[in-house]
Amino acid sequence: MRKTTLIFTFLLAFLATQAATITVCPDCEYSSISQAIASAGAGDEILIQGGVYQEGNILVDKPLRLKGEGWPVLDGENETEVLTVTANGVTIEGLVVRNVGTSYLEDRAGIRMRRVRDFAIRGNRLENTFFGIYLEHCSDGLVSNNILEGQAREEMSSGNAIHLWYCKRMLVENNQVRGHRDGIYFEFVDDSRIRHNISEDNLRYGLHFMFSNDDDYFRNTFRRNGAGVAVMFSRNINMWENRFEYNWGRAAYGLLLKEIYDAEIRNNVFLENTIGIYVEGSTRIRYRYNEFSRNGWAMKMSGGCLDNEVRANNFLYNTFDLSLASAPNNNAFDGNYWTDYSGYDLGRDGVGDVPYHPVKLFNYVVNRTPEAMVLLRSLFVDLLNFSEKVSPVLTPADVADNAPLMQKLNFSKDKPAF
Amino acid sequence: MFKILKYSFYDLTRSRWLYIYGAFYLLLSASLLWLGGGLSKAIISLMNIILVLVPLIATMFGVMYYYNSREFTELLLAQPIRRSHIFFGQYLGVACSLAISLLLGVGLPFVLYGIFSSSEIWNFSILLLVGLFLSFIFSAIAFFIALRNENRIKGFGLAILVWLFFAVIYDGLFLLALSMFSDYPLERFAIGASLFNPIDLSRILILLKLDISALMGYTGAVIQNFMGTVLGMACSLGVLLLWVALPAWGIKRVAVRKDF
Repeated sequence: MRKTTLIFTFLLAFLATQAATITVCPDCEYSSISQAIASAGAGDEILIQGGVYQEGNILVDKPLRLKGEGWPVLDGENETEVLTVTANGVTIEGLVVRNVGTSYLEDRAGIRMRRVRDFAIRGNRLENTFFGIYLEHCSDGLVSNNILEGQAREEMSSGNAIHLWYCKRMLVENNQVRGHRDGIYFEFVDDSRIRHNISEDNLRYGLHFMFSNDDDYFRNTFRRNGAGVAVMFSRNINMWENRFEYNWGRAAYGLLLKEIYDAEIRNNVFLENTIGIYVEGSTRIRYRYNEFSRNGWAMKMSGGCLDNEVRANNFLYNTFDLSLASAPNNNAFDGNYWTDYSGYDLGRDGVGDVPYHPVKLFNYVVNRTPEAMVLLRSLFVDLLNFSEKVSPVLTPADVADNAPLMQKLNFSKDKPAF
Repeated sequence: MFKILKYSFYDLTRSRWLYIYGAFYLLLSASLLWLGGGLSKAIISLMNIILVLVPLIATMFGVMYYYNSREFTELLLAQPIRRSHIFFGQYLGVACSLAISLLLGVGLPFVLYGIFSSSEIWNFSILLLVGLFLSFIFSAIAFFIALRNENRIKGFGLAILVWLFFAVIYDGLFLLALSMFSDYPLERFAIGASLFNPIDLSRILILLKLDISALMGYTGAVIQNFMGTVLGMACSLGVLLLWVALPAWGIKRVAVRKDF
């Protein structure tokens, strides 16, 4: 008797853990995803086959696995949010989410996760969603290999592609994001990683980062965004091996740092941005092995930047290498390579014998009278810069690279391991 | 007039200086292209040089040619040829030969490098166009100055001073004015002031094409709105044409009245 009970219990337990698969397709028993969810048990897989599903807002309130086969389309008909998840342990993959209408009253999203953990959003396509993937109060989640294409026209009426708010331990990787307001948005997100993403052609920022501590982002590409990447009010952020490219415009920069403490910025490439890095009130930041190539300003530091170290970077063909607003300077700029450096190296140790002063007189003039920029590259300005270089009067003498390199650093050869 | 132009031109092609001038550009653009790296970088470097050197050489060449061919000019004046034809012919001969040296010297390396299959073709054409305009403008100014001054030393001095004024002093005064009146909105003033200097105007035209405009903030926006459009572009080119026409008209006026 006891034996049979035991076997019976085991059998029951087995049946309970054995996840069932419910197939949804336009001609199946279940033709609606909502129906399938309603009749599914915890841990079941819902296999959604190709077709267009117009069901308005779909609520996922059980730990399910939603899997698309042949790119089924979940269409919000420009009226509602599409997927709202309120259960832990949900996996969403292979779906096309389309047409979430713009709303000025609520932040509608293609896929919303609300107060959940242990989830994965993998390999989906989101097209013309207002907000793409919206995660609020979540933890331990994965957002990977998704493609999000928005049709944002103006900042007022557009949402963010991947929006994280009050999250912990998240991983955002291999996503391609374009045409939204912000590509990736982090607010109050801690201990998370953003890697291998491509964020381009967004109206405002490629990556927007606020009040988030202890995060890493690396090997991402941020290209042609309205203003570049903004990292603000955060601590202990590591920024490695990212590319900041072609953020070109009157108010654009590759990277904006505002009130950042203890960050590490390594092996990034800043190519053709109006301002490579714009720094405001940031302290104890280490810039190493970065390449600043053909930017308007490679770095622009305004007031309150203390104890920063800029070492072993390449500054190549920038219109201005450095602009510094505050007069007292205790930031170090030693051991970089500057294409404008014209000193000599008698000892042949690869280090120039004369210090390099990256702040030019014209830079100083332009900061005071911006209209003077029309004289850029004129002979008079060259003469002015030259005479100032020979005997510095107006430019800060202590802003100098005391060990400028004679040869460009080759990062690919001696790149540190991560 | 065409005959005199042709004669001046042939006369100048025998001059060693013209070849040196052309060879200099050839060497310069070739080394910038193959040693410097990249078309756009070469165009920017070349712009710095063209904006300074073309006016200087055109000025010196114009003055020199006028004074050197003075005896021949006197001979021509004795013939039944209209005065304006004589001087315009000589002026155009100088300007054209300078323009051709520039065109060949800068153009050849870029064509060999493959400018036609690159996106920089427009920036490069603007650069060349501006170079040609500067050749015509400054040789006209030089001729005008030489015509006004019998004294060679005085003529040379004045011509160099004019070049120095446009290349350096003007920008210095400009900057001074900008920083003195920095409390006022100066964008329109900046545009206006740059129209009065052909070198500044040329520089801004090229910089706008090279998209440095994004660096200029609000001023850049205003300038872009004015000169970046087709109308503004036509307007600036019109002003450059005016800069050729004005000294040319001066040459005619002085030549007709002058007592040789």
